Amino acid sequence: MKTTQAKTSIKRSLAVLAASCALFTGQAVAQEPIKVGAFLSVTGGAAFLGDPENKTLELYVEKVNAAGGVLGRKLQLVSYDSAGDAEKARTFVKRLIEQDKVDLIVGGSTTGETMAVVPLVEAAQIPFISLAGAVVIIEPVKKWVFKTPHTDRMACEKVFVDMQARKLSKIALISGAGGFDKSMRAECLKVAAKHKIEVIADETYGAGDTDMTAQLTKIKNTAGVQAVLNPGFGQGPAIVTKNYRQIGIAFPLYQSHGVASKEFINLSGAAAEGVRLPAAALLIAESLPASDPQRSVVVNYKKDYEARFKSDVSTFGGHAYDGLMLAIEAVKKAGGTDKAKVRDALEGVRGYMGTAGVVNMSATDHMGLDLTAFRMLEGKGGNWTEVK
Amino acid sequence: MLQRLASPRTGGLLALAAAIVLLPFLLSNSYFYDIAILVGLNAIVCVGLNLLIGYAGQISLGHAGFFGLGAYGSAILASRYGWPPLAAMLTTTLAVAALAFLVGRPILRLKGHYLAMATLGLGIIIFMVITTEDKFTGGPDGLSVVPFSIGEYTLRGERLWYWIVGALLLFAVWLALNLIESPAGRALRALHSSEVGAEVVGIDAARQKVMVFVISAVFASVAGSLAAHYSGFVTPGKVAFFHSIELVTMVVFGGMASTFGAVVGAAVLTTLPQLLTVFKDYEMMVFGAVMMGTMIFLPRGVVPSLGRLLELRRQGAASRSDPRT
Repeated sequence: MKTTQAKTSIKRSLAVLAASCALFTGQAVAQEPIKVGAFLSVTGGAAFLGDPENKTLELYVEKVNAAGGVLGRKLQLVSYDSAGDAEKARTFVKRLIEQDKVDLIVGGSTTGETMAVVPLVEAAQIPFISLAGAVVIIEPVKKWVFKTPHTDRMACEKVFVDMQARKLSKIALISGAGGFDKSMRAECLKVAAKHKIEVIADETYGAGDTDMTAQLTKIKNTAGVQAVLNPGFGQGPAIVTKNYRQIGIAFPLYQSHGVASKEFINLSGAAAEGVRLPAAALLIAESLPASDPQRSVVVNYKKDYEARFKSDVSTFGGHAYDGLMLAIEAVKKAGGTDKAKVRDALEGVRGYMGTAGVVNMSATDHMGLDLTAFRMLEGKGGNWTEVK
Repeated sequence: MLQRLASPRTGGLLALAAAIVLLPFLLSNSYFYDIAILVGLNAIVCVGLNLLIGYAGQISLGHAGFFGLGAYGSAILASRYGWPPLAAMLTTTLAVAALAFLVGRPILRLKGHYLAMATLGLGIIIFMVITTEDKFTGGPDGLSVVPFSIGEYTLRGERLWYWIVGALLLFAVWLALNLIESPAGRALRALHSSEVGAEVVGIDAARQKVMVFVISAVFASVAGSLAAHYSGFVTPGKVAFFHSIELVTMVVFGGMASTFGAVVGAAVLTTLPQLLTVFKDYEMMVFGAVMMGTMIFLPRGVVPSLGRLLELRRQGAASRSDPRT
């Protein structure tokens, strides 16, 4: 009795399996879609990146298909959750290339995940648009690898240019222990001299620290400091900002694009008043003047995203938007999904206006953004306003 | 002869060898090979960890630390200092063995929760050192690793790696099975049932525990080194606490005190996330349900529970066909 039961249940599950297989192949045969592969940290520690990115891709693949697709072909999104794990990212990219046979890849929420798959996409010769920040992704230039987000080096330079304009040349750094913090701190130290900025104090804090008064007091007592830059991510910068006001440091405080959000002002309250940071235009979408060429792009993306998901738009989702749109533009220009042609088309993108800024790709620049992509913002009356 | 074949030391080993040899017929592209290699590497760690958890009855929540030390040791020596990968791997393995030996003695005096906490702490310290010493390790963003090479010959391609990892897994299993059947293995099992009892009959408990701790750390370190060279990139994710938990889960899932259970556990838990991607947003829920289901219905782990079930059935059939009972 028991064995027959077991047998029928096995048979049933086999039937289900067969049916689902048929379903999948049926979909694939019906029409030749353009396959966009994605691997994103939808869950795990980097979910704040991967979640909006994944939602954005789903939303716009749907929208593009509803409008008739690309070159008369539908887009098909094949997305996997790499959970911030470089090993998983690698396996999923192999799967995208070997098993799903995608035409191009958009993804890689973190630098680690991106760098882990670079050898694979280079070997397989498939266009790959990364959504991660660090400079190492595009420097040195890798033939098949592109990226959409600004780099931390650009953020440093934007801040330093602003400091120069305010005649501040001796500064202190205070940064955390995370990947973002470390990478940006290193980049800032590298480009400081180019902007005639001298870093005379360099403090760090731990990942879970809840008080940075000690480090800030040290900075306060360092003779000659004219400004402080906090390349930081997560909760740390809000605490730094609060402590900064508590011990009454008078010189200007700069934060990074890592905390460029309304959330940061909510967390640090009145202390955020006067804090400056570089940020993408998305953060101040509605307050951009009508003459701003970027206004329509960011306002539309913001509206679409917020209407669909009922949650605040983030710059990270914007990177995915840019990635998908660049991919579509390249496929259109290449007139198909021939990988080499799509790659060449990506490299030839000029004057594309995305949520991150104007993109001008070239053989030596696979990101294509310049410093105008960042806006210098200042906390004023509980909101961000652009510094002119 | 037949009896010898049925014993795990020959029959089981032969079955595993046959599985490794026949598997490539099912692997149609390098993505499947990749999964098979990851299974193999995880299985090597689990076979070692199973000696510690399943046989000696000591828990370690820090084994990802040893795996990570192996990976980063190889990566740093070979990629940053240009050592030959084989020399880098051997040096790293020796260093990890020495570390395990040094910390093993004080740590393994602890029991139960305290031992779990101490090994957990060890794992976290290794993780923190690796994430903060970014000059050497590349910090949270990770580090590229040169491909494995012996002399002029560079090991590339999933197929080649498959055979290397397969052979090493076979070797690891053979080593573990022999150890278990040796006097040292019997001493370990005695320790597991009663440490006091074992000491009364003259077993040097501390020495045995440290020995098996070092062995399991070496297994993890070698697998870590190979994983680093194979994937060409290391990130602190592989050293993190969660990876330690994953390893322990593989051992428990497959069945404690069963070397083949460790292999099965590694195979199932490595491939399951790949199979479950069909469920999209519900992936983690299904994964949890599979784990819970297995633990409820096969409480001693997959391999021992199924083995017992088969045994009971055979006994049942034997008693029915035997008219005397």
